Amino acid sequence: MAKVVAVTGNEAVANALRQVEPDVCAAYPITPQTDLMQRFSAFVSDGKVKTELILVESEHSAMSACVGAAAGGGRVVTATSSQGLALMWEILFIAAGMHLPIIMPVVNRALSAPLNIHGDHSDAMGARDSGWIQLWSENAQEAYDNTIQAFRIGEAPEVRLPVMVCMDGFIISHSIERVEYLEDEEVKKFVGEYRPVNPLLDVEHPVSYGPLILPDLYMEYKRLQHEIIWNRVKPVVLQVAEEFYKLSGRRYGLFEAYRLDDAEIAMVILNSAAGTAKDVVDDMRNRGIRAGLLKPRLFRPFPYEEVSQALRHLKAVAVLDRADSFGAYGPLFTEIASSLYPYKDRPVLINKIYGLGGRDFMPEDAEKVFLELQDIATTGKVKSIKQYITVRE
Amino acid sequence: MITEIRWHGRGGQGTVTAAKVFADACLSSGRHVQAFPEYGPERSGAPLRAYNRIADRELRMHCPVTKPDIVVIADPTLIDAVNVTDGSKPDTIFLVNTNLSPEELRKKIGVAPSQKVFSINATKIALETIGRPLPNAALVGALARISKLVDLNTVLEDVRKSFGKKFSQKIIDGNLEATRRGYEEVMEG
Repeated sequence: MAKVVAVTGNEAVANALRQVEPDVCAAYPITPQTDLMQRFSAFVSDGKVKTELILVESEHSAMSACVGAAAGGGRVVTATSSQGLALMWEILFIAAGMHLPIIMPVVNRALSAPLNIHGDHSDAMGARDSGWIQLWSENAQEAYDNTIQAFRIGEAPEVRLPVMVCMDGFIISHSIERVEYLEDEEVKKFVGEYRPVNPLLDVEHPVSYGPLILPDLYMEYKRLQHEIIWNRVKPVVLQVAEEFYKLSGRRYGLFEAYRLDDAEIAMVILNSAAGTAKDVVDDMRNRGIRAGLLKPRLFRPFPYEEVSQALRHLKAVAVLDRADSFGAYGPLFTEIASSLYPYKDRPVLINKIYGLGGRDFMPEDAEKVFLELQDIATTGKVKSIKQYITVRE
Repeated sequence: MITEIRWHGRGGQGTVTAAKVFADACLSSGRHVQAFPEYGPERSGAPLRAYNRIADRELRMHCPVTKPDIVVIADPTLIDAVNVTDGSKPDTIFLVNTNLSPEELRKKIGVAPSQKVFSINATKIALETIGRPLPNAALVGALARISKLVDLNTVLEDVRKSFGKKFSQKIIDGNLEATRRGYEEVMEG
């Protein structure tokens, strides 16, 4: 029996972590994540969970503690944002390279300089090549649901990889929305008991973590890492989503395709702004414009084939990035371009950079993009491939 | 059906909490709700905005309210300091914490003839019930009445729930009384 509450994104994810009750949690505060771990640490202090909370002195230490605890055989979590994720960078690769299924909510925030505490995707996009699985969430409900599913995905025996669950800083983390919670027992049953693989603390079966591997074997190790995330994650994500649907009635996939089947133009956009844009898609449809939207959920591994099948029939597509790759196209744009490249008949693509440092993304902004796409679909002419929008002129 | 509300308050007055309590109260009737502040520098005493969306369908919009159905002004000095009518529609309703009559208020805000204005002396109610000039409980009560989104008992239950964890019985009772008086004493002009 689901419980309906009005909570912030941080509160919802902290509650998901309480319901899962991991063995170990390492925490270090950073806005806008602080409130998430503060809530979880209150569950620890109040005896609501038996999780061992390690209060560390930096995010580098937080992720290091997670690596140690996960290698030791525990179910392990932490959470971070922005500079905190950047400071973890070195250890992110170690967590993935050692196949440790650490679960980490990332409350997306801009990177310095200039200093800015508000929501954009620069932090998680900077970590996209670290070997972690990435799930992205539109709202508090999705952040809660993705957090629960992340344990099953990362811990699946054929996967065993760390997972980031992304949600927009402040816009979701600090806004109150309606969320349906599952019952504690339902969540516990869904994630199941943790089964460690080759734990360091199993002294009867000693193993080594993090040994030196020289050029004679390093590439074989890396190829295996690639093959695992490339081939094995997608089926698990879909299987877990199916089971989660049976439990919750809420459907998840590799991405959400919104009114795409009979669309001519579409927007590809991540997280909270996708919600705003979906309302605008409906407005466009009411005005006779055949607009649609694709909202990626699984960003790593990226489902190129499935995404291309959803988009290739369109005339024009705008990929909206809430992060920039300076001196290049936005990170989401390059993925969409790669997925469509194999096809001779494919939509015209444009890239818009929006919403950096928490700049609002309003319905009017989405509308302008759709009208530009409509123009491109008619004339075939593109003024500029990459453009900053939602900026003052 | 969607109702969009914009709150004008000052940092430290509890305006954001009021928006949250109101959203929570509306939730119990099966609606979808949102409550969020305008995210900027947080300074005590500085003007701030907070927002509510209340709807009978899923709320997907994740951006500030720009065309409010209801504007709640928690601090009347803001009428001179910020543009409280920004983005208002012909049928936008204004609810103001003030000792002015609705007629005087209409002139001061400069509303259109089609826009309704409600007044409530929420600071006075707060001083008499809570003993501190915190107008929000009375404003939540008044908002429940004028928005017709939620009945008094549901709001009272929610105020009890919100304050129950942190405050003494005296403070809770004061807030409940302020909410009830806000509901009963709000005046239309």
